[in-house]
Amino acid sequence: MATMRVNEISRDDLDWQINYSSDRCTMCGSCVAACPFEAIEAGMEKRRKVVSDYLTPEPKVEFKAVPVIKQKVDVYKFCRGCGVCERVCPNTAIKPVRNEDARFTIKYRGMLADPFKRGGRANLSTGVRTLDKIRVGRISQMTDPSLDASRHTFDMLAPFGRILPADELPFTLENGRLKIDSSVLPPMNWIYPVIIGDMSIGALSWRMWEAMAIATAYLNEECGLPVRMCSGEGGVPIRLLKSRFLKYTILQIASGHFGWNRIINSMPYMQELPGGVLIKIGQGAKPGDGGLLQAKKVASHIQEIRGVPKTDLLSPPNHQGLYSIEESVQKMFLTFNSAFKFKVPVAIKVAASATSVSVYNNLLRDPYNIVGGFFLDGILGGTGAANEVSLDHTGHPIVSKLRDCYLAATHQGKQSQIPLWGAGGLGQTGNLAADAFKMIALGANGVFTGKLMLQLAGCVGNDHGKCNACNTGLCPVGITTQNPTLVKRLDIDRVAENIVNYFLSVDSELKKLLAPIGNSSLPVGRSDCLISEDKAVADRLQIQYAC
Amino acid sequence: MCRIGAIKSTDYFHPSKALLLMRSQQKGHDNSGFAMVMQDLGGRFADYKDLPILSMACSDRGMAIAEDILHKEGFVRVMQWSPEINFRDELNIEPMPNYVFQVFQYPRSFKYAPQEEKEELLVDMRLRLRSVLEESDDGYVYSFWPDVLTLKEIGDPQDIGTYFGLWKEDNDFTAKVITAQCRQNTNYDIVRYAAHPFFLQGYTALANGENTFYEKNKNFQKGLYKGYLGFESDSQCFLYTLHYIHKILKWPLEYYKHAITPLPFEDMSKREDGEALRYIRSSLSNLEINGPNTIIGVLPDGTLFNTCDAKKLRPTVIGKHNGTVVMTSEVSGINEVLPGRNWEEDIYTNERETVVITNNLEVQRWQQ
Repeated sequence: MATMRVNEISRDDLDWQINYSSDRCTMCGSCVAACPFEAIEAGMEKRRKVVSDYLTPEPKVEFKAVPVIKQKVDVYKFCRGCGVCERVCPNTAIKPVRNEDARFTIKYRGMLADPFKRGGRANLSTGVRTLDKIRVGRISQMTDPSLDASRHTFDMLAPFGRILPADELPFTLENGRLKIDSSVLPPMNWIYPVIIGDMSIGALSWRMWEAMAIATAYLNEECGLPVRMCSGEGGVPIRLLKSRFLKYTILQIASGHFGWNRIINSMPYMQELPGGVLIKIGQGAKPGDGGLLQAKKVASHIQEIRGVPKTDLLSPPNHQGLYSIEESVQKMFLTFNSAFKFKVPVAIKVAASATSVSVYNNLLRDPYNIVGGFFLDGILGGTGAANEVSLDHTGHPIVSKLRDCYLAATHQGKQSQIPLWGAGGLGQTGNLAADAFKMIALGANGVFTGKLMLQLAGCVGNDHGKCNACNTGLCPVGITTQNPTLVKRLDIDRVAENIVNYFLSVDSELKKLLAPIGNSSLPVGRSDCLISEDKAVADRLQIQYAC
Repeated sequence: MCRIGAIKSTDYFHPSKALLLMRSQQKGHDNSGFAMVMQDLGGRFADYKDLPILSMACSDRGMAIAEDILHKEGFVRVMQWSPEINFRDELNIEPMPNYVFQVFQYPRSFKYAPQEEKEELLVDMRLRLRSVLEESDDGYVYSFWPDVLTLKEIGDPQDIGTYFGLWKEDNDFTAKVITAQCRQNTNYDIVRYAAHPFFLQGYTALANGENTFYEKNKNFQKGLYKGYLGFESDSQCFLYTLHYIHKILKWPLEYYKHAITPLPFEDMSKREDGEALRYIRSSLSNLEINGPNTIIGVLPDGTLFNTCDAKKLRPTVIGKHNGTVVMTSEVSGINEVLPGRNWEEDIYTNERETVVITNNLEVQRWQQ
């Protein structure tokens, strides 16, 4: 009697099973060529067939070896359900099907003694998002008329940089006019309230990163939207550092400090100042997990930008030598501000957590007036690779934390002095404008978004375990890979076009939300225009309960 | 809609003019109240220009409580006047038992105190009286300031005029600046404090419209100065911003407009002081108003001005004739008070404009 090998991995353990019909397949090989995970292969199967070639039936049995496409059953080479095979098949002969009874990640851990890793998506369903339980409820009609979104002029800009209270502004009076000495003031820029969040040029393919940079430049120069893009950790191509487009880029420094020597070395050659500097302390999707760029993604151009050999690049979860809020303020003061001669706003990004308010409060009391922004990143954000346990089980939702920070500032009369920017799952359900508007009404000055850019580029993953292979460096559509063959799948112009188009639609949609509440500038903190039909949400966020 | 109006004249005039001005606009309000602030007083108050006048509506107990507090603090009453009440059952009015306008001498210890200290003392006293009277619902303190008198009442403005005998013109009860409002109470319960004009340290403001940034304004103003409280009406915010810009920050009046309805960024950059405006907008974004409004304000020196929201959604018109300037919500009001004027010279303040009436009644139009 044969042994039942139940402790080995089998097809019914896998998350995705390949549904293949050999009678439709012409064996063109497209699917096998397209699958970056090598999860399918061409094989032979012996088939029994009953045939009759006489005028009257005279059945006889034939055995034939027929070529087929087979799914691999392997802990390294397994189907991620990305569906690229289905997309390339001319005869709809193949597709991945979700296996409801899968137990792959249990087997994986049991066999490899290693945490299961995947791309940056939280796949534990947490129900309807809070943002979707909030509506814009104040619709002005007669008392304070709504505006015409198509014709009215709106002033939609958000501050990036430290804002001093009015009584501390260095004014002198000359001929009845106020004159300000801006040379002694912290730098401050007014930018579009939606920015492209930090995704590094190592995590993304160079073409994806470049597409975003092109889209950003186009939005600024052709569409008149001053959208900024954050570089993410790991440096920026020197060509960009020396270009006039640098002003649209917010340079990020994270705990790994990758790429900063190149940035410093480029300073004498910079034509423009960068749009800002963002110190990343943590990210919302995997707080406490640090960044990891696997050696396989450290291609030669990444090595050049970061000044490293081909090896796993780990950014620790904290800044070495920076363990407190006081030090973080000092760091901004001493290094990044002075590096750019106090002409570039320097902000900080932390993961939303139980202590977010404490951190924000402390920054608000910063004696140097040097903190140019507080970027709060909630769970559901993040694009990089991580341990599944971190993605699914750590982090804090953004909405209430953002609200808490705003209310804490309001309590002290310091609202907007350190602009609040929030993110984490914004645009997840497709409508970034609605999410952004609600966040702004709850107290954010602006929002940032990352994952949505990947969707616009053609990411095939979702929040139900589809694809989620950003960690492998084998992104089937060329977004999160440095593999030259895969990267070429990305149509850089189309990606840039999609991003620009999406921003233009966000701009229109934001106006469509500003108009009914009668606002022509951003309604920061105008929570009175929001309602919730969920009592708990209404109470927690201090907005109107409606039923 | 509320209807608001202001009269400024080189000669003293009686509040019946203000009633006349407002009554003609009766279709524009709901008869739920009338309020007015008289500044630069004549008649029986003309001899007490430097001494603070307490304007209060209260119960008998409230009066005793207030006097007790003021006396303990060292204030000495110099003069008291109550309007003659003409009560009739058919009047639509909800009066308080007492209306008192009392002139006080400053406490002896403040005899040589600098002006600023006196001003702070008056605010402190008003706030204290207000909070004590509020506890037992014994009264309302509208103003406590030299040369200023405030009257607010719930009811039909016509009947309020009758009740206080304000229709009969005389020379004993006059002023050179009177601001007045007839209410249309849409947003709130009818609260006495909620009626405009609002007054603080010589600054008066009244508005017609809604403040969609009320919550932002309020949350920010609460922490700026002790006198910024109450917030019974969204229009109160305009007074506090005016006081903050002009009195606390000591910026020229021109910047009030820049704070409440900042120029679009594009326009700012074209101005010589664009950089200053950009920083003002950054720091004072919470004081912006974004709803439909027209605001009438009076400065401590008697300067009268009007400005609107940036969308020009509420009407206002300004007319001038023979030493009198009138600004109000509807032209019918001016027709009533200044029938002989050349109406072609009326000014309809535009959305980027502040119209200022100086003390010699020079009309200035400042473009933002």
